[in-house]
Amino acid sequence: MKKAFSAYLNRYSEAAPLAVFRIFFGIMMFLSIIRFWWHGWIEKLYISPQFFFSYYGFEWVKPIGDFTYVIFIICGLSALFVALGFKYRLAIITFFLSFTYIELMDKTTYLNHYYFISILSFLLIFLPANAYYSIDVWRKPKKSFQKIPSWCIDSIKLLIAIVYFYAGIAKINSDWLLEAMPLKIWLPSKYDLPLLGDLLQQEWVHYFFSWSGMLYDIAIPFLLLYKPTRIFAFVLVVIFHLVTRILFPIGMFPYIMIVSALIFFDAGIHHRILRFLSGIFRITKARFDNGLVKHYKPVKRKLVISVLGFFFLIQILFPWRYLLYPGELFWTEEGFRFSWRVMLMEKAGYAQFKIVDEESGKWFYVNNSEFLTPFQEKQMAIQPDFILEYAHFLAEHFKEKGHENIQVFVENHVALNGRKSTLYIDPEVNLLDHRDSFKLKTFLLPFHDTIKGL
Amino acid sequence: MKNHKLFTLIFFISILISCNSDDSKKSTDKDSFDRGALLENWADNIIIPSFENFASYTTDLEEKTEAFVQEPSEANLASLRASYEEAYIQYQTVAMFGMGRAETINYRMFLNTYPVDEAAVKGKIESGSYNLELFTSYDEQGFPALDLLLNGLAEEDAGIVEFYTSHADASEYRNYLQAVSTRINGLTQEVLADWQNSFRDEFVSNTASSNTGSVDRFTNDYVMYYEKNLRSGKIGIPAGAFTGNPVPQNVEAKYSEGLSKDLYLKALETVQNFFNGKHFGKSETGPSYKQYLDHLNSVKNSADLSSLINGQFDVIKQQATNLNADFVEQIQTNNSVMLQAFDELQKNVVLMKVDMLQALSISVDYVDTDGD
Repeated sequence: MKKAFSAYLNRYSEAAPLAVFRIFFGIMMFLSIIRFWWHGWIEKLYISPQFFFSYYGFEWVKPIGDFTYVIFIICGLSALFVALGFKYRLAIITFFLSFTYIELMDKTTYLNHYYFISILSFLLIFLPANAYYSIDVWRKPKKSFQKIPSWCIDSIKLLIAIVYFYAGIAKINSDWLLEAMPLKIWLPSKYDLPLLGDLLQQEWVHYFFSWSGMLYDIAIPFLLLYKPTRIFAFVLVVIFHLVTRILFPIGMFPYIMIVSALIFFDAGIHHRILRFLSGIFRITKARFDNGLVKHYKPVKRKLVISVLGFFFLIQILFPWRYLLYPGELFWTEEGFRFSWRVMLMEKAGYAQFKIVDEESGKWFYVNNSEFLTPFQEKQMAIQPDFILEYAHFLAEHFKEKGHENIQVFVENHVALNGRKSTLYIDPEVNLLDHRDSFKLKTFLLPFHDTIKGL
Repeated sequence: MKNHKLFTLIFFISILISCNSDDSKKSTDKDSFDRGALLENWADNIIIPSFENFASYTTDLEEKTEAFVQEPSEANLASLRASYEEAYIQYQTVAMFGMGRAETINYRMFLNTYPVDEAAVKGKIESGSYNLELFTSYDEQGFPALDLLLNGLAEEDAGIVEFYTSHADASEYRNYLQAVSTRINGLTQEVLADWQNSFRDEFVSNTASSNTGSVDRFTNDYVMYYEKNLRSGKIGIPAGAFTGNPVPQNVEAKYSEGLSKDLYLKALETVQNFFNGKHFGKSETGPSYKQYLDHLNSVKNSADLSSLINGQFDVIKQQATNLNADFVEQIQTNNSVMLQAFDELQKNVVLMKVDMLQALSISVDYVDTDGD
């Protein structure tokens, strides 16, 4: 076993797939930042709101007013540098930090896609993605290598495989498979799509999408890894992501995944892509094709392998942390994020906060739109950690306004996957008695139904 | 081998897709709910007839105002006041229709921003210079201003009439009163004409499912009207639900004794009738939220949402029987009944904003960001 592993570590393959991956990743990220700016989302999401929801332990990460644009500029430029392979290590570290900072500024905007980008860019810090076909090695041919250890490329494959596979097994639950929820809610509302519109009203179509989506996610890593099925798998990747692009507002993500899947192919296709690029930009590709193999120094290799090992250990274990909490995961959301649980829930809520003076018993309701954007209010009303953080914010706010002996209560109704809305938080609990932590949130009321599955 | 099996399965499934997408037109057993018919019913049987009806009241209001201004007598005041009260009640049947010209000209704000700024109105009258088209003059015109000018100037009718006859600024008072009534009627005719002409077709044909489609936009407006204007405006804010301090001065039509509850009930009835697609002034019903929800329900087998919502409307109406005809008095004597009304109204905010919008798959926020 150990022998096999060390033999594996000494296997080498063409660096071209990683170089192509780096180029496409950088370009996609650059375009994503431009697109984000273009839609006015920087202003809308990070500048105009007066309150931001923080991740536990990252309360210090906040938008910095108009300078928030600077963070986006840094992020976009570093993405471009990554694509070019110019000052690669510095560029990818900068990208990882700036992108992650952006994501940590307000958890309202949390998306699995963004988390994927964050950890992928973290992984890329440790990979020699500039060893081939980059400005760095164009300038320093001594550092130019045509071949790199196979594990460098395989670690990206592994991460992509984890994402798909976990997204797939998360779909093995009774709502998704037996009720076709939430697709049964989402698909019929796309009635005006040409050709598909009428079809999406059919119940069997909802089930078909649910089941095939689950099977796709679970199977696709294997189909991509297994050479005889690879081309077929790639066709599926393209179809699947284009369909999701048509049906749902998921921005750049489908394209990112389609391009990422190219890494599963043998180097031939990547060389063809690079030859194509070389033709356009008049780059002498031969200069990179030096036949040299990149060998790590034992100490450095050990270090990098340990970091990656630890990284993947976390990636594999982290999505299971929900098992540590009792209660229905979809309801409590304790351990829901960072676990590739994608498109599983249609959750909506309404939270009416009540500020009470404990001494006099005088009370009033809070008008949430005074403090939150509609988007923030919507996210807040369905997630207990948001509700708790907001309750403490309200207490501070009204304390400053001169109110005393403040208690904060909330009457919060939540509807999950088409079930009738029910009370979510115990309306009798003074939320100020609770602090956010990784511990069980005892102020949540139980879910009166069961969702079976993983 | 396992891979091989999965491969076959997926291949089989993808064949299934390609076969079925070809004959999609044939399978119409459970077709999509016809949003075009829904929008037609809303426009042709509810919204336009409501505006036509209301416009006849605002025309009468303008005429009665003219008669009073020509000859300010107690008798003419009484007749004008009756016209105003009836028009104010009928206004509740159109207030929630905020799309089209109503949106571009801020119709709702110009017709019914309350409380009226009494000092500003009197100041403008006395100075004789005002421009009711300014956005800053929302709270100096519309029905709340009429309320002040017809009921709030003095205790007795004789005293009110004096403002239009012997008061130092009597002619300015007459002019201002006339200007307010004329503007109410003018804006209403403008909105009605827009619906009758181009906007009706634009509205009905915009059956897109995106957040710019008529159903999406209208529904957001509908829920917002219920939450902000009806629940908060008529009940919550004057009852001090958001501050803990009741503010009777914020009651709608505060100078018209006993009108506030009629306005509330009419608005409530309008919202419920609309939910059920009831044709304006008739007993028949057409395509509606209720039908839409029932249609979706037949697909989903979930809670009977339309009955829950209608049931809650009935509870709200039942609770309203406990309310004094005059909300100012209700707040001053026993505000808790007002707060009870708020809590009952709130239950339908939840059912409509959470459950109904989820069922219809309409998003509340206008932020068009990416999703997972």
